[in-house]
Amino acid sequence: MVRAAGLEPVLLSMMDSALVVDGLRKRYGDTMAVDGVSFEVAAGEIFGIIGANGSGKTTTVECVQALRQADAGSVRVFGIDPQTDRASLRSVVGSQLQESELPNRLRVWEALDLFASISPTSADWRELLADWGLAEKKDAAFASLSGGQRQRLLVALALVNSPRLVFLDEMTTGLDPAARRVAWDLIDQIRLGGTTVVLVTHFMDEAERLCDRIAVFRQGRIIAAGSPQGLVDAHAGDATVHFSTDEADLSWLANSQGVERIDRAGSRVTVHGSGPLLAHTAATLVAHGIAPLDLRTERKTLEDAFLALTARQGGTTA
Amino acid sequence: MKALRKLTWIELKLFTRDPLSLVFTLALPFFFLIVLNGVFGNEVETDPAEDVWRGVGPADYYVPAYLGLVMSAIGVLSMPTRLASYRERGVLRRFRASAMPLWAVLGSQIAIALLTAVVGAVSITIASTLIYGTDLQPADSLAFVPAFALAALSFGALGVLLGSVMPTSRSAQGAGIMLFFVMFLLSGSGPPREVLTGPMKALGNLLPLTHVITLLQDPWLGFGWNTGASIIVASILVGSVALSIRYFRWE
Repeated sequence: MVRAAGLEPVLLSMMDSALVVDGLRKRYGDTMAVDGVSFEVAAGEIFGIIGANGSGKTTTVECVQALRQADAGSVRVFGIDPQTDRASLRSVVGSQLQESELPNRLRVWEALDLFASISPTSADWRELLADWGLAEKKDAAFASLSGGQRQRLLVALALVNSPRLVFLDEMTTGLDPAARRVAWDLIDQIRLGGTTVVLVTHFMDEAERLCDRIAVFRQGRIIAAGSPQGLVDAHAGDATVHFSTDEADLSWLANSQGVERIDRAGSRVTVHGSGPLLAHTAATLVAHGIAPLDLRTERKTLEDAFLALTARQGGTTA
Repeated sequence: MKALRKLTWIELKLFTRDPLSLVFTLALPFFFLIVLNGVFGNEVETDPAEDVWRGVGPADYYVPAYLGLVMSAIGVLSMPTRLASYRERGVLRRFRASAMPLWAVLGSQIAIALLTAVVGAVSITIASTLIYGTDLQPADSLAFVPAFALAALSFGALGVLLGSVMPTSRSAQGAGIMLFFVMFLLSGSGPPREVLTGPMKALGNLLPLTHVITLLQDPWLGFGWNTGASIIVASILVGSVALSIRYFRWE
């Protein structure tokens, strides 16, 4: 279990959790791919797993789905133990696997029809075809689909058994920026439909845009967890506010709430500090009769937090 | 059962969309039949000292041999390549994640093997009858039908085994093409076994197609059930199933 100051705990109450992972370990030869990972995903949320390549993200979700046998730890998916009750697991879980394809000459509708036939809880695949923008490609062979269309088909297949929890593993890798935006909207749609989403990604903008909560993986461990904003606040470093002024003496600004340091380069001023720095700085400036036109703050992103986290731990991002 | 039925139907459609499978299992045996029958005709050699065709006309000799050749193309070439490619491309992984039962995956492959063997057998028999006037049906149907089923199942199981152990679709295809042509030449579907030299014959005896052809040819030509060949072919079936269970990998 991971706790850090100012962060929400990773474990929620047992009440409405979709997924509970406790002390998961998996070793490949001499490498601990997953080294004591614990987290909990609430029903209805989008939970992000981020980390560099080889940090144990995919191994974790594969162990959770019983596609790999973990060495230690326990997993519960809506109370189901994946290792002992695979059949029940498969009926509540959908999976868009990383690096998994379909036969080249298989047509889109045939793939949906086939995977729908496996599960008794299957939705009407014709609806999925329309929802995921594949209606026009119904009769197209898998090999003829674009990267974006393939991903949409694979996600549609992950949803064909009407799962309560769906794993999306690097679903936007290899997509162009426009296709990624479309994919993001689709992930929002999945959640709106009531399905819990576990999103594995190494795109920070994607995690920040979509996830309610995020676990940051590094070398098989969770090194930080929380909401995207919580991670940014706790780890992305100082807030900064920039403006220009010809006013010579700004010593009074140092007493403004949250301000820690003021740098000047000619008329350009940079204020370092914490908390809602922009609002306090603006108020203080206006109170002193200064209203700079170019007052702005630099928005810190999850990427800053991630880089700071991995750098602080002496990590490298692959 | 629904998954098996759907998967079998889809595999059948994929099979008809795959030129390599169609060429090797249906077109190539037919081509060999035209060439070899064109060369040897269907005259029965009356001098037993000169006869290499088991006392029947060459074209009659070849019909059951080609039925076996079709099965071998499925078993050593088309099925292993398909299964290895499924593993390589993550199709099997996806099946597994979606709870597709293993018996449905393998069952559909075996069903396709049987079906293709039957389609190949019917088309070759009819073509040979129309062009060369060979018999349209086996001399001993009662023995031939179980022999045919045993042979097709055995090559189907061998296909699953090869598909389980071949690391990539390219290696499966390479090994499959080599095996296919070696068997074609040494198992009695190319030159008659009687004209092969000692070492060739010895090598041929190690090849499954040799025994499958014997198993099919004897009841087809009216020589009855061949117990020796049936034991060997059944052993290949049992061994392949056992080793497949041991070595099958989803990824």
